[in-house]
Amino acid sequence: MSSPIYLDYSATTPVDKRVAEIMCHYLTMDGTFGNPASRSHKYGWDAETAVEEARANVAALINADAKEIVWTSGATESDNLAIKGAAHFYSKRGKHIITSKTEHKAVLDTCRQLEREGYEVTYLDPEEDGLIDISKLEAAMRDDTIIVSIMHVNNEIGVIQDIEAIGELCRSRKIIFHVDAAQSAGKTEIDLKKLKVDLLSLSAHKVYGPKGVGALYVRRKPRIRIEAQMHGGGHERGMRSGTLATHQIVGMGEAFKIAKKEMAEENKRILALRDRLLKGFESMEELYVNGNLEHRVPHNLNLSFNFVEGESLLMAIDSLAVSSGSACTSASLEPSYVLRAIGRNDELAHSSIRFSIGRFTTEEDVDYTIGLLKEKVDKLRLLSPLWDMYKDGIDISSIQWNAH
Amino acid sequence: MAYSDKVMDHYENPRNVGTMDNDESGVGTGMVGAPACGDVMRLQIKVDENGIIEDAKFKTYGCGSAIASSSLVTEWVKGKTLEEAGQIKNTDIAEELALPPVKIHCSVLAEDAIKAAITDYQEKQPS
Repeated sequence: MSSPIYLDYSATTPVDKRVAEIMCHYLTMDGTFGNPASRSHKYGWDAETAVEEARANVAALINADAKEIVWTSGATESDNLAIKGAAHFYSKRGKHIITSKTEHKAVLDTCRQLEREGYEVTYLDPEEDGLIDISKLEAAMRDDTIIVSIMHVNNEIGVIQDIEAIGELCRSRKIIFHVDAAQSAGKTEIDLKKLKVDLLSLSAHKVYGPKGVGALYVRRKPRIRIEAQMHGGGHERGMRSGTLATHQIVGMGEAFKIAKKEMAEENKRILALRDRLLKGFESMEELYVNGNLEHRVPHNLNLSFNFVEGESLLMAIDSLAVSSGSACTSASLEPSYVLRAIGRNDELAHSSIRFSIGRFTTEEDVDYTIGLLKEKVDKLRLLSPLWDMYKDGIDISSIQWNAH
Repeated sequence: MAYSDKVMDHYENPRNVGTMDNDESGVGTGMVGAPACGDVMRLQIKVDENGIIEDAKFKTYGCGSAIASSSLVTEWVKGKTLEEAGQIKNTDIAEELALPPVKIHCSVLAEDAIKAAITDYQEKQPS
């Protein structure tokens, strides 16, 4: 076991050794270091060949055409480019955008910026299980709606949205559909020949590739246009200028190639570990799973250990690398906005831990985690006045608290 | 976040954890904070006939600094008169535990908890 045990694969993944090894061949004098945009010599041509092979590998995982892939610096840039790019290009058609309250900040903050530019944004409330009710989305659509942006898989609670149904609805209304797929690529199937998704954001570092590189899928049939956000040499067919980072791109291509080949087997193994983890906690009282358990990626488990505050629990389990939805500092007394948006009360939102399992997690890691959590939650509950009140049958929500 | 050794010590070995019978006449209970803010402290004191705090207990839902702040004040108030205990300042707690600026509110909460416990005790006394 490595220490602390890494269970935060939704935050980032280590680069697969096979990927790291290949990346090293694209940096030094004896490797393929050329500028892929250099058209006058072999150094450039070789780099371009490598970039195009990677592009094909990324496209293959999502069943798209390589020509539909635009390299970016990561999913945050892809989200910005997709939403701002389409909003700016199609602004004459309308200025209304629909998204949801549980989107990643890269989408929410981009929408906030567009609001400052005069666009109007509707933020949908998901249901209690984290999923979007399609009828509520349809009801929010207007004649001037130009973009719907809904993530495929939520980063905190791992729920999978029905992007197939949302895509059909958007297409029938001629609304552009953007999907942030940073958390879903390589974890669940994405078939863009079947899905009516127009723009899709991808990240390399969630799929055992390097940080600092991502891609945006831009549909060609029907053709979707976006306005560039980064101007310069006109790379990536004018949609995103800047010299391509060959080694990063090759790394992303290799990572996506491995994902395509190994995803099915890997997901089976990871799901078994997740089920083992959840089963291990079965006997605990006042334990809540956040988000729909059925429509969910296999590697995510977000739990609330009621009446125990998240930050103190993290402190008690410092031999694990996990993340908490609680952030009780003077800078931010607010617990996770995702958990609040799905209607979790303050105690549960403050008591949440996200476990995300990955390629290098073992059964031993999971068993250790179960034992440790049980011990520490019990200990902290004995310290918790809220636990006492619960045990005495007092309804905590009935108390008039003096919020400070 | 890096915690000071003193916070870690109180967090790992909290002093005076427990509950007293609130119906007892010598007992004063202060409960401050709110679940919405991620911390709730309950501090209880037992006052003898001479007005000296002879025992103190706490339970806290909150971060490590909140647990340490309340554990520390249970040690501090024991043996003090109500007046002396009422003079404990949050800055003394923050200084003793070397709390970082983002955790100062934990020490404020602990000071409030003492004051609330004293007030509760005084209100219970027949005048």
